[in-house]
Amino acid sequence: MGHAVTTPVLALSKVSKSFGPIEVLHGADIALHPGRVHALIGENGAGKSTMMKILTGYQPPSAGQVMLQGQPVSFADMGQAEAQGISLIHQEFNLADHLTVAENIFLGSELRRGWFLDKPAMRARSRDLLGRLRCDVDPDRLISDLSNSDKQMVEIAKALLRDTNVLIMDEPTAVLTRTETAVLLDQVRALRDHGTAVLFTSHKLDEVVAIADDLTIMRDGSVVWSGPANEMDEHQMAEAMVGREISTLYPPKDSTKGALALEVEGFHVPGFAEDIHFTLRKGEVLGIAGLIGSGRTETFEGLAGLRDAHGTVRINGNPVTIRHPWEALALGLAYLTEDRKTRGLLLTKGLRENLTLQSLHKFSNWMIDAKAEEAALNHAIAEFDIRGSRDVDVGSLSGGNQQKLLFAKTMLSDPDILVIDEPTRGIDIGTKQQMYEFIRKLASEGRAIVVISSEMQEVIGLADRVLVMRQGRIAGELTGDSATEDAIVRLAMGLGQTTILEGTI
Amino acid sequence: MTIAVTAPRKIKMSVIGPIVALVVLIIMGALMNPNFLSAGNISNVLSRSAFIGIIAVGMTFVITAGGLDLSVGSMAAFIAGLMILVMNTALPVMGIGIPIVLLGMAVALAAGLFAGMLNGVLITRLGMDAFIVTLGSMGIYRSLVTWLADGGTLSLDFSLRTFYQPVYYGGILGVSWPIIVFALVVIGGELLMRSTPFGRHCAAIGSNDQVARYSSVRVARVRMLTYVMLGILVGIATIMYVPRLGSASSATGLLWELEAIAAVIVGGTALKGGFGRVWGTVIGVLILTLIGNILNLTDLVSPYLNGAIQGAIIILAVVLQRGRKPGQ
Repeated sequence: MGHAVTTPVLALSKVSKSFGPIEVLHGADIALHPGRVHALIGENGAGKSTMMKILTGYQPPSAGQVMLQGQPVSFADMGQAEAQGISLIHQEFNLADHLTVAENIFLGSELRRGWFLDKPAMRARSRDLLGRLRCDVDPDRLISDLSNSDKQMVEIAKALLRDTNVLIMDEPTAVLTRTETAVLLDQVRALRDHGTAVLFTSHKLDEVVAIADDLTIMRDGSVVWSGPANEMDEHQMAEAMVGREISTLYPPKDSTKGALALEVEGFHVPGFAEDIHFTLRKGEVLGIAGLIGSGRTETFEGLAGLRDAHGTVRINGNPVTIRHPWEALALGLAYLTEDRKTRGLLLTKGLRENLTLQSLHKFSNWMIDAKAEEAALNHAIAEFDIRGSRDVDVGSLSGGNQQKLLFAKTMLSDPDILVIDEPTRGIDIGTKQQMYEFIRKLASEGRAIVVISSEMQEVIGLADRVLVMRQGRIAGELTGDSATEDAIVRLAMGLGQTTILEGTI
Repeated sequence: MTIAVTAPRKIKMSVIGPIVALVVLIIMGALMNPNFLSAGNISNVLSRSAFIGIIAVGMTFVITAGGLDLSVGSMAAFIAGLMILVMNTALPVMGIGIPIVLLGMAVALAAGLFAGMLNGVLITRLGMDAFIVTLGSMGIYRSLVTWLADGGTLSLDFSLRTFYQPVYYGGILGVSWPIIVFALVVIGGELLMRSTPFGRHCAAIGSNDQVARYSSVRVARVRMLTYVMLGILVGIATIMYVPRLGSASSATGLLWELEAIAAVIVGGTALKGGFGRVWGTVIGVLILTLIGNILNLTDLVSPYLNGAIQGAIIILAVVLQRGRKPGQ
């Protein structure tokens, strides 16, 4: 480790953290060096977030030292850490939705002229910062009108403004498309070349390989591997994270297809999708690929009665009209949202209330049968391997367990046709593997399944057939060996274009 | 970070707070005036609590589902006025008897149902804000009752009032009708909130209506039903109220909406929705009524300060509720 001669700008030394009697971080070390990108990886619940919170002064360590420029330091709060040039970009955006881009970037450090705000200067400076990120969002637009990726860029611009010398990012690419990810990684490289120390977490190991100089792998609250990133390949990283061998991520595609379950023709979702047509058989897994914003989610929300839509839809050969979600459910069609935190689960309620919400009628004649609910929860916990206490609010479960609960909740309503939007967003590789197995098992039970995903490998690995969407239309269909990342990218970007991502990831 | 932490179910301040406050008030009252615990006074307190209490049970559902209804006070006044008008008009035809009382009750229930439905339609079908819709209907009903009474007071025909009075003053085994009806409404409400899909759906919608929608809950219908139910309960409360005074004016039911909302919040239901409990609301109503009662029975503090003490209790209740939020 030739770089080790430099003093780490920020480091943790033998840091532990306990919440009550439970220790969640056991004597962990990490060192961030100027001009290097450090990747922190691990399964959900491995202790990455706790580590980042301690690094940024959000939580104090229970034992051990935080070292700034080689000197022990204790931050009383995030403000003190920020004053030392340490910025944290949260996984959940920390932006004021009703303010403009420029107002957000300068929130708390507004430029003034006399008593008044110097709006033109802030606008110009915002445009300049966003320009460095190759993001051409107008500084006067409201945050609420921006896409997720643009919001991410605004977050980074905010950090750039504050003379950051340590930038810590919690899963910055989770909501980004490949193109946007490439732009972000370029920007991270530029920051590194300026001498900034960067720490980031990601579940996408190809990104880690592409950009990390140093690597720390965590499991169950301990650091299990630490060193230069080029000493590990993706497979080794995954195994170190999970702590066991991972043979194959995707289960074999063994399903035999049955009768037509769903036929869609001339389906329109005003403003989002036009002339959508496809068929789906029982036992089949249909993958939907395409860029974020290509109308994938909206098409299927329309189909599930969550949006205004019109067109011909047949379920098991019978024409149907679905205008409300409960009508879809009554016809055996369920849509599992990509947004588990604001649309999927009630974060302030317990597991039981969440599990049975969609199929409460099955647990009640007139009064709810709480015992039957508890039994269903026991069954779901066992079947979907939901870990953690069952007496907590769902909001305190890890992302992977939340996703499993959402899955269990949807499956409790026993749909024949299941649309799963982003089945593995923000969950670790071990849980991913489990999700893929669940999905395949459901297909082999004769259910018809649609999987919408931004991860091309997931679509290819999981689906029997892939539809690629582009600008609200179906750009093409790929089956078998023709379903390659290259082919998907070509269709998603518009015909004739070769991949523009070469070399960037 | 989800290592199983089975925290022992702590007794939360928000759960026992209202009960403790009620017990303290009862002890204080008993110490200050020996008549406080007499059957007569207890019956008086409960009867007075019944009107606001019946309405507050309905309000618990509306608030739990993330809504609000400011119109209940004027709605009660309007229904009372309408009821008196219809009964007086029908008197020459029907004469004094049970049928005319039943007619009045039917009018009250129908008017309550219709008024609740109107609020509900405007809020759920047109997507308007509950605060604005019910602020508007509050003004409308208040003005309508003033107009019906021509600026004065609508009085039930004297002989009819005498016939109808037992509905307020009478009862079974010494328990007056308002108390009996209040108890039935509370038991029904508690069961509905705690053990039925409707109650569960109200809490789900109040805590996140998007999640409820994506979970195939019929959000608009559930919301609508909360307003309709509240309207009907306002009708029931009015049926109990009219025989008490036998009149309605522009001052009838004044500030009832605030008392009902205050009782709901003091009882521990979250103002922003998502969590509600009917038994808490009952305690809230009793606390607010007892304060007035104790001030009347003792001369320690002027009864004119009743409002100030109630106000302080409401603010205190919300401060205690904040303790339920995690962190910070």
